[in-house]
Amino acid sequence: MLLIRCPYCEEERPELEFRNAGEAHIARSTNMAGESDDDFEKFFFIRSNPKGVIYERWRHMHGCARFFNAVRDTVTDKFIMTYKAGEPKPSKLPKNSNEVVAK
Amino acid sequence: MSGAFRIPGAGRLKQAKAARFSFDGQAYAGVEGDTLASALLANGVHLVGRSFKYHRPRGFLSAGAEEPNALVQVTRDAARKTPNVRATVQELYDGLAAQSQNRWPSLAFDVGAVNDIASPFFSAGFYYKTFMWPKAAWKNLYEPKIRAAAGLGVSPDQPDPDHYAARFAHCDVLVLGGGAAGIAAALAAAESGASVMLADEQAEFGGSLRFETGARIDGQDGFAWAQGAIAKLKAMSNVRVLSRTTAFGYYAQNFVGLVERVSDHLQNPGRDLARERLWQVRAKRVVLATGAIERHMVFADNDRPGIMLASAARTYLNHYGVAVGKNVGVYTANDSAYAAAIDLKKAGVNIAAIVDLRDNPTGPVIDEARALGIEINFGRAVVRAGGKLRVTSMTVQPKNGGGERTIPVDAILMSAGWTPSVHLFSQSRGKVAFNDETKRFVPGTYAQDCVSVGACNGTDGLSATIDEAYAAGAKAARDAGAKAAKGTKPKVDAGESWSRGMLGAAPGAGPDTTVKAFVDFQNDVTAKDIRQAVHEGMHSIEHVKRFTTNGMATDQGKTSNMHGLAIAAETLGKPIPQVGLTTFRAPYTPVTFGSIVGHARGPLFDPTRKTAIHPWAEAQGAVFEDVGQWKRAWYFPKGGEDMHAAVDRECVGVRKTAGLFDASTLGKIEVVGPDAAKFMELLYTNPWEKLEPGRCRYGIMLREDGFIYDDGVVGRLAPDRFHVTTTTGGAPRVMNHMEDYLQTEFPHLNVWLSSITEQWAVIAVQGPKSRDIIAPLVEGIDMSDEALPHMSVREGKICGVPTRLFRMSFTGERGFEVNVPADYGQAVWEVLWAEGQKHGAVAYGTETMHVLRAEKGYIIVGQDTDGTVTPNDAGLDWAVGKKKADFVGIRGLARPDLVAKGRKQLVGLKTKDPKVVLEEGAQIVADPKQAIPMKMIGHVTSSYWSENCGRSIALALVAGGRDRMGETLYVPMPNGVIEVEVTGMVFFDEKGERLNG
Ligand SMILES: [Zn+2]
Repeated sequence: MLLIRCPYCEEERPELEFRNAGEAHIARSTNMAGESDDDFEKFFFIRSNPKGVIYERWRHMHGCARFFNAVRDTVTDKFIMTYKAGEPKPSKLPKNSNEVVAK
Repeated sequence: MSGAFRIPGAGRLKQAKAARFSFDGQAYAGVEGDTLASALLANGVHLVGRSFKYHRPRGFLSAGAEEPNALVQVTRDAARKTPNVRATVQELYDGLAAQSQNRWPSLAFDVGAVNDIASPFFSAGFYYKTFMWPKAAWKNLYEPKIRAAAGLGVSPDQPDPDHYAARFAHCDVLVLGGGAAGIAAALAAAESGASVMLADEQAEFGGSLRFETGARIDGQDGFAWAQGAIAKLKAMSNVRVLSRTTAFGYYAQNFVGLVERVSDHLQNPGRDLARERLWQVRAKRVVLATGAIERHMVFADNDRPGIMLASAARTYLNHYGVAVGKNVGVYTANDSAYAAAIDLKKAGVNIAAIVDLRDNPTGPVIDEARALGIEINFGRAVVRAGGKLRVTSMTVQPKNGGGERTIPVDAILMSAGWTPSVHLFSQSRGKVAFNDETKRFVPGTYAQDCVSVGACNGTDGLSATIDEAYAAGAKAARDAGAKAAKGTKPKVDAGESWSRGMLGAAPGAGPDTTVKAFVDFQNDVTAKDIRQAVHEGMHSIEHVKRFTTNGMATDQGKTSNMHGLAIAAETLGKPIPQVGLTTFRAPYTPVTFGSIVGHARGPLFDPTRKTAIHPWAEAQGAVFEDVGQWKRAWYFPKGGEDMHAAVDRECVGVRKTAGLFDASTLGKIEVVGPDAAKFMELLYTNPWEKLEPGRCRYGIMLREDGFIYDDGVVGRLAPDRFHVTTTTGGAPRVMNHMEDYLQTEFPHLNVWLSSITEQWAVIAVQGPKSRDIIAPLVEGIDMSDEALPHMSVREGKICGVPTRLFRMSFTGERGFEVNVPADYGQAVWEVLWAEGQKHGAVAYGTETMHVLRAEKGYIIVGQDTDGTVTPNDAGLDWAVGKKKADFVGIRGLARPDLVAKGRKQLVGLKTKDPKVVLEEGAQIVADPKQAIPMKMIGHVTSSYWSENCGRSIALALVAGGRDRMGETLYVPMPNGVIEVEVTGMVFFDEKGERLNG
C-alpha cells in the first residue's frame, strides 16, 4: 500500500483513501464540438502508458474528495510529487531522495 | 515422563508441566514449551508425512519455519481443521490433535507410494508432457485424479468460526528478526528514543542463540542474555515487541505485512481472542535481521526420516532437551555440524561417525570433536542412506570413488553451509549480489529505506554481528529523527562462527547417476530433475523453477534455492551469478485467508443497505432482491401466491386503482449554485437554462464518447437549485463523474454538489387514484392538473412533514413521487398506505415496476443499454439539445461509427405466440435456416409477461431496428426457434392519455 500526499490536505495518507483517475494534463477542448476526428481520438482514446514517469490524476475519495495530479514512476511505484488540479505540469522534478543506497 | 528421548537436565523446558497430545490417533505426552515436532521426537517419532509427488516417507528436516516435510493437519473441531501446519512451528498445548497428510490408508502403508517405484514416469515436466492429451481428458480425468492424489492436506468444509484482528501501525524503526542481531539493533534504536517495533516468528526470542551453546554476551549465556534484553525492551514505552509474528511481505514505501499468531498455541483460546492479527506497519526505517537457513547435503535418499539439519538436532537438544537418535551419523561440508556432534556427544548420545567432504579442515571444533573421541572421516561422502520409514544406515565412500563402508545409524545430521535469508530484502525490490568468495547471495543494492544486519547480510560471527546490528539500529533511529544512542553496546564474550560449505549435489549424486538426491523436499525435486530440465532447454532459472517446481509454493526455496541454482549452473556450464536467482515472492510463509480478510466478512465486507420503509415491507412479507448493496422489495405475495401471481395482481392493481412503491434507493444529487443551470447544460444532453423552476425534465447523461451513462428525472426547485435523480446503481459513479468535471474541467462554474440519496425517502404513488390518496394529506400545494401538471415539482408539507412532491410517472399512469426526510419515511408511508386502502391500492415491488415501465417502453440504463448505446439508438434523440454548443459527449456523438447506418436500435418485440415469454439476453437472427454459426443481429434486453396487455412483451436491441417495423425475426433457443414481430416500444396506452387519467 502506497502513501500518497494530498496537496489539498497537505498530508500523506494511505492509498486506501484514494482512487486513480487516469492520465493527467489531457485538457478538454473549449470548442469540443469543433474537434477533428484525429484530435478527438488523441483526446479520448490515446494514452501514453509510459514505463517510467507518468503524470496522472488521483482523487482523495475518502478524504477531502478533491482531484489532484501526481507524478509517479510506474516501475518503482514511487510518487515523485503531487500538485493541485489546474497547476501546470512541472517542468522540473525533485530529485528522488531514497532512490538507491549504495552498499 | 514426556518421551524416551528426552534427556534429563538438557534443554530449557520445565518438565513439570505435561501436555498430552495425539498424532494420527496415537496418544503421546510432551511438556509445555514443546513444539509438536520436539514432542514427537521426544517420543522417538520421526515419520510424520508422505511426500507430495512420490509419497515417500518423510520426517523432520528442520526445527523452524523452513520445514518442508513435517506438514500436518491440526484439528480442534469440525470447523477448525488447519492443513499444512508446520509441526516444527506449532506449539504444543494440552489436548492437541494432529494428523498426517497425503497418505492412504495409513502413514506407514501408503498406496500412493507406488509413485515412487513408478518414478521414471514422474520426472520433471511430467504433468506438462503427459496429461495435455487428449485435451478434454485434462479437465475431466487427469486433473481431478492428480489433485486428489497430490493434495497437501484437506481444507475444512465449514465456515471458519474464528475471528481475525487487524492493526495499522507506524514506527520509526521496524526490526524484523529477534535473534542476536535483531535484539542488538532494537536496543540501539530504542535507547535513542525512537519508536521501535521488534518482531520474531518464534514463541521465544533468541534466534540461533536457542542452539548456540558457545555464545556468551554481557557475561551470560546467549539465550539468557536475549531473554533479559527482551524484558528490558518490553518495559520501554517506545517499544512494541511481537513474538509469534512473521513478517510475510515487504511492500512499497517501507510497508510491511506481519501476521501475529495470537491463539493457535493455546488450549482454550476462548471466543474473545482473535486467532491471528494482521499488522500493517509503515516504518521510517526497517532493519532486516532475518538470519540464515542451514542447507542440507544433496545425496541419494537424503529424505529418509531421521535425516535432518545439524542445527535442528542441536535446537532439539539444547532448547527442548530431546535427542534425535541414539546412534547418530553426521555428514557435513562445513564446521557447524561439528558443534551439533559435540553437544550430542556431551549429552550422552553416540556419534557413529562424522563424514566431512573437505580434505583436511582444521579448527577448534574439529579438535574438540576429536578430543571427545568422535570418529572423523575427511574427504569422504555419504553416497546412500539406508532404511525406509526411518534411516538405518549411511554408506560412506571416498569422495573420488573407492570402497564403500556402511555404518548403522538411527539419525543423520547434515550441513552444507548457511544461506542468508534475503527473502524480505528481495521482496523490498533490493538487488542481491553474489559473493564469489563465500558463494552466497547477499543484499547488494537497496531500493528502500532498510538495512540488513547479521547472518542475512553475510556477516559471520557473533561479535561482528552485534557490532554491525547495534550500529545499524542506532543509525536507523537517527535517520528516522531520533537522538543519538545513549545505551551501551552488548559485549560479546564468546561466540560461534560458521564457515562456508558447498552448493549443489554431493559426490555420488552427480550427473552420471540416477539416484534420488532431493534438492526440494516439499516439491519432491531431485538433482536429476534439475539437470533434466536444463537438458530439455530450460536455460533460465525461472524456467527451471517452473518446469521442476523447485522452490515454488509455500516453501519459496528456503532450503532448496541455492542447491537448485548450483546444479543448473553446473549443467549449463555457467557461473552462478550468470544464471541468476529466482524471485522470492510473498508470503515468506503461508498466510491464512482469515488474517487477510480480518473482520471484513459477510455484511462487514459488503454492507447491506436498507431503506427507511424496509421494516414495513418486511412485516408485509415482501420478498426482497439485491440491487447493488440495497435490499429492495421485489414483490408482495398474498395468501400463498407465487411470484407470477403476485406480480400480475400488482400490475393490474396499479393501473386499475393505484399502487405504492418504495423508490428510496434512487440516486439523488442536489446541484446548487449560481451556475447550476450552466453545469447541468454541460453534464446532460438536454437544455436546462429555460426549464422553469417547479418543472421537471427527463435527463440523459453521456460519457465523452457519446454513449449513455445514466438517466433520471431532474426537478428544478429554484433558479439555482436542481434535484437530480440517478439510477439506483449509478448514484456513486454519477456523483464522481459530476465532481470530476466540476473540479477539473469546469472549475470556473460556481456550483456545489451534494449526495442526498440517504436524506430523502421516496414513495411512488402511481395509478388513476393516486391524487385522491395524496391530496388529503398535503398542505400548501395545489394538486390540480393546472397547478401541478405532469413533470412538475413542488415543495410543501405532507402529513405535517416537509416534502418535495414530484408529479412524474415511471408507469405511464397519473403518478407522484413523494420525497420526505428519510426519518419520516416509514411514518408517511404508513399514512399513505392507510389512505390507499380506502381506494383498494396495492403495494408493489421492483418486478412490477419493471413490467409497468416496459409496457410503456421506458428504458432502464444498464439493462436496455450496455455502454455502447447512444440516445439515438435508444430512440431518445428528442432529449438531446440540438442547439447546444457543448455538453459532455457532444463530440463523441458525431463519431463516424455512431452516426453510421445499421446500428443496433431499441425496438419492441412481440412473440407470434403471445403466451411465449422470451429469455432476456437471447440472440436474434433474421434467417433461422442459415448455417451455424448464424449471423446474430441483436438480443433481447427486457422481457416480461404483461397481464395488462394479456400477452408477453419484450424490448430488444436490433441492427437497423427502426427500419424493421413489422418484420418477422427469429430467436433460436435450445427447444426450437421462436418467431417474433418487430414493433414500437410502447405496448400499453400508446397515446399516453393515462398520465392525466
Ligand atoms: Zn485531501
